[in-house]
Amino acid sequence: MMKIKTPRSGRVRRALEKRAPKLVETGKKTLILQGTKTSGTLNEVLSEIYHLKKGGAVRFTRKNDNIRPFESGGETSLEFFSLKTDCSIFVYGSHSKKRPNNLVLGRMYDHHVYDLVEVGVENFKSIESFTYDKKMAPRVGSKPFVAFVGEGFENVDELKHLKEVLLDLLRGEVVENINLAGLDRAYVCTAISSNKVYLTHCALRLKKSGSVVPRMELVEVGPSMDLVVRRHRLPNEGLRKEAMKTAKDQPKKKIKNVSSDAIEGTIGKIYIPDQKVGDVALPNKAKGVKRERREAKKKEANERASKKQKEESE
Amino acid sequence: MEMEMETESQKPYHVDVGNLLAFNPFHNFPSLPTSRDELVKECLQEGTKLVQAVADSLFNLPSNEDVDGPLVKLPPPTTKLPREKHLPKPKPPTKWEEFAKKKGIKNRKKDKVVWDEQTGKWKRRFGYDRVNDDKDIPIIEAKMTDEPGVDPFAKRQDDKKQRIVKQEKNRLQNLKQAAKIGALPSHVQLAATALPITGTQAPSKKVTKDELGNVAGMAATSTASGGKFDRKLPGEKPAKKQGKHRKFLPVVEGSGIGSREKEQTENVLNKLISKHSHEILNVGKAVTMYNVKKEKKTRNKRNQEGKSSSATDKLKPKKQLHKKTGKKGPGSSKKGKAK
Repeated sequence: MMKIKTPRSGRVRRALEKRAPKLVETGKKTLILQGTKTSGTLNEVLSEIYHLKKGGAVRFTRKNDNIRPFESGGETSLEFFSLKTDCSIFVYGSHSKKRPNNLVLGRMYDHHVYDLVEVGVENFKSIESFTYDKKMAPRVGSKPFVAFVGEGFENVDELKHLKEVLLDLLRGEVVENINLAGLDRAYVCTAISSNKVYLTHCALRLKKSGSVVPRMELVEVGPSMDLVVRRHRLPNEGLRKEAMKTAKDQPKKKIKNVSSDAIEGTIGKIYIPDQKVGDVALPNKAKGVKRERREAKKKEANERASKKQKEESE
Repeated sequence: MEMEMETESQKPYHVDVGNLLAFNPFHNFPSLPTSRDELVKECLQEGTKLVQAVADSLFNLPSNEDVDGPLVKLPPPTTKLPREKHLPKPKPPTKWEEFAKKKGIKNRKKDKVVWDEQTGKWKRRFGYDRVNDDKDIPIIEAKMTDEPGVDPFAKRQDDKKQRIVKQEKNRLQNLKQAAKIGALPSHVQLAATALPITGTQAPSKKVTKDELGNVAGMAATSTASGGKFDRKLPGEKPAKKQGKHRKFLPVVEGSGIGSREKEQTENVLNKLISKHSHEILNVGKAVTMYNVKKEKKTRNKRNQEGKSSSATDKLKPKKQLHKKTGKKGPGSSKKGKAK
């Protein structure tokens, strides 16, 4: 026995429809949380990342000791939170002697863990430590420029993965139209060595130049930190293929037996199957049928013919 | 729009305007700058170059003037990133939709208010004060087919309730079908209200149409004439007889794919002329029989050597004379895998 459950109020229905899978996806929401032990720097890092992503992020402040992203059983809590808050990226901070100032950046597909990158934070400088002209401060929710510098991002596997995850984390909403006056921030990630990345957040100053394009000037405002890649887990191939599918991939079906010619245009081939002579129903089985029936049929045919003649004559 | 920009060093950047992303894959630090400030300065420099590259292509896009500033339509991003949720599957057509498509029934636009003959007013199509409401009917005329003692008003209400139940059942079936392929609409959830029955109480086994058909077929075949002349209910199909049906090939047949008579005669010929003679001879069996015979022979020989008396030899039953040979000639036996 099954029952159909539908929401009774429009508000709930609209909320559910917002969370439904869409054909074209706009930005992912971020979940920021921490583990059993955090250090002072890590707390600052987490709160500053939350500030940077104010519009689309959820911050949990309690400690969660049953979350271990890299272990097979330790992801259930994460997946549950992801389901409840509808977040597809998470930033999990924890501090231990073996892995000081540890950040795990992870992504979800269908609220299950898709991939993970573990980085350590070093040389962290918070927003307060930077001095700059307050008028230039980037506004909340503006779309940032993202710049990646370094051949490490192309050659080293882990840095490649980190680049993808950072792009997903930092880029914000995917929009069609953008107001050029509202561009005021940029993230610069430089690959310093084969496992270290220097990430910094800068405000943009657009200066008048001769042409339509203004001259860009970057001023460091926000947090800057060194990320040391520790571990990473790539998604397995089947899951990756499925997650990379887009709606536009589908209409590529080749219509069979249709080809196009330069001179004649579209040409189609028609295959006519063999006529199964043996299966064709015989029209008048007079010969194979008993005499009475045969004669009755003949009579019927005659009557019909005479009827037709009558109608025609009338 | 992926564009390659030439820089002073004649090396291209990867620019993705849709994401406002720029990537310089050619920069490297030959030696790490000693001071942190130097490092930061160099990073900012490179970053500025990249952002400038993006801005170049961005500001050159066609823009509309808006209240706040120039509005630019961004091209779609080129870097592929994984989705966060699966692609939504299109809803499968419901049973009514399939039927309508087959029959060519199109949806007609309906008016909000309809003229009600009963009361002589314009009324809603459905809802509070609606057209053709049951409570507006003062008199129902009795028809010849009506049974006496049946309240027609109550009957109308019951009919309506039946229709509602049927509609709910159909709706549930449609949703179950959609849920089976994973295309349930986002606001609907199907919940099981009863748990599957475990323990002593077995679930009532529903007899399916096929099962009933089979049973009816068996019952029909058990009659003397094989169920051919049984009186049938209206709409009943002829009984399905279990067992082989003899198929007579047509007399005239084209020579295309599947000239069945040709195949049939070919099969028979092959068996007779034993083109596939190995199918007639059961090789495994022949080998074992030969081996057994050989073993017995050697055993007998050994016994004879041990006992060495011709008397015992004569007393021994001569089994070997009547034994059939293991080797069989082609076509001389019918023990092959004939149909």
